[in-house]
Amino acid sequence: MKSLESILAAHPFFENLDPQYMALMTGCASNVRFEAGQFIHRQGEEANSFYIIRQGKVALEVCPPEKEPITVQTVSDGEILGWAWMVPPYHWQFDAQAIELTRAIVLDGRCLRTKCSEDHALGYELLSRLLPIIGQGMEATRMQLLDLYGTRG
Amino acid sequence: MTPVPHTIKKIIRETHDTFTLDLTPKDGSEPISFLPGQFNMLYAFGVGEIPISISGPAPGTRGMLHTIREVGTVTQALHKLKKGATVGLRGPFGSSWPIETSKGSDIVILAGGIGLAPLRPAIYNLLEQRDQFGNIALLYGTREPKDLLFTKEFEKWRGKLGVQTKITVDKAGSDWRGNVGVVTTSIPRVSFDPPHTIVMICGPEIMMRYSVIEMKRLGVSEDRIYITMERNMKCAVGFCGHCQFGPSFICKDGPVFRYDRIKHFFGIREI
Ligand SMILES: Cc1cc2nc3c(=O)[nH]c(=O)nc-3n(C[C@H](O)[C@H](O)[C@H](O)COP(=O)(O)OP(=O)(O)OC[C@H]3O[C@@H](n4cnc5c(N)ncnc54)[C@H](O)[C@@H]3O)c2cc1C
Repeated sequence: MKSLESILAAHPFFENLDPQYMALMTGCASNVRFEAGQFIHRQGEEANSFYIIRQGKVALEVCPPEKEPITVQTVSDGEILGWAWMVPPYHWQFDAQAIELTRAIVLDGRCLRTKCSEDHALGYELLSRLLPIIGQGMEATRMQLLDLYGTRG
Repeated sequence: MTPVPHTIKKIIRETHDTFTLDLTPKDGSEPISFLPGQFNMLYAFGVGEIPISISGPAPGTRGMLHTIREVGTVTQALHKLKKGATVGLRGPFGSSWPIETSKGSDIVILAGGIGLAPLRPAIYNLLEQRDQFGNIALLYGTREPKDLLFTKEFEKWRGKLGVQTKITVDKAGSDWRGNVGVVTTSIPRVSFDPPHTIVMICGPEIMMRYSVIEMKRLGVSEDRIYITMERNMKCAVGFCGHCQFGPSFICKDGPVFRYDRIKHFFGIREI
């Protein structure tokens, strides 16, 4: 079985990360597993972790009052779930529900937050890796708003 | 060229707003042959004539299929017709998907909404000669699950002959177990070798624009990307100028274009 460290080191999110920081990340990481239908977190809850999905699929859902929940994004193999742990007020924006059996690595966001405020170089490293993910999410939301498939011509 | 009367042999209801007409020549002759990506002008008698891509025959069938989304006067008139009714047909017209010249390459097909219909003959053609191509990926996006076309066939294509398929919708209820996100988010989820990949895209212009950006970012060169352009057209033979797009006429030089040849006109507001 591969060690946590080798799995993390092979993930593009951690590419070329200083070995000292890599060791710190591994220290904050552990394996988790969610059954289909299990909620990983709920909107409004404190955001203290983030996940690297190894296998499976997670739906990000919004729940409009008195309406059925709507899935606005799915996150699957190899992708990162969650950035709210790094951005005040550290609350989840969506419900996250595993829609298949999902295996992931969870990183302790609270621990990393503390380390980042002590070591700004680490903070910069992590933020510059998280920002593209936040950016891609924003871009995808814009495209959804544009209604890509609305008309053909 | 005058429209040739064709009989509606079969009507297939695909989704809430989309249907397929299976047409055969009224005089009993063989259906015309066509290349994947070409279109016909369908004439609803007394109402009007519109361009519709050929979406089949499916392997082993004879008739000529046209998959139509109801949007206005003529498409509605076609929808009201019953099995056995007559429509006029002129065609086939236009350029086709580059199947022959893609041999030896990986293939990525990106379809948005009704854009899967003009690509379906290309998919059949690729699968008939599967061993001539490297990886094949089919990426399809629609607004909601109820808009998805040809879902049963997608099931057949999935996993068969090493074809990677990804379906994604913009938004869905909690009963949907598939992917949610725009079609471009599926691109990193399939494997292909960008310098040796041919990309075929059909959908609304805005979807094609973002797909091209993403493909270029991954290293696919512009001369390996093919898109389709749609403009209102009348004569379909490059006379009337209705469908002029920069220096090209969509009816005769398109609808399938190699991206590097039209990129200067693609995405310009006035054109
Ligand atoms: C080469 C080519 C191939 C095509 N292939 C297909 C095909 O396989 N299947 C298919 O369903 N359509 C296809 N189209 C589009 C089809 O020709 C139009 O939807 C049709 O002309 C609309 O005619 P109408 O009289 O029903 O609508 P109109 O009465 O002309 O328009 C009614 C409303 O629909 C809108 N509308 C018009 N055209 C479109 C469009 N393309 N998409 C969305 N809204 C539109 C108009 O803006 C208007 O608001 C193709 C177009 C081209 C140029």
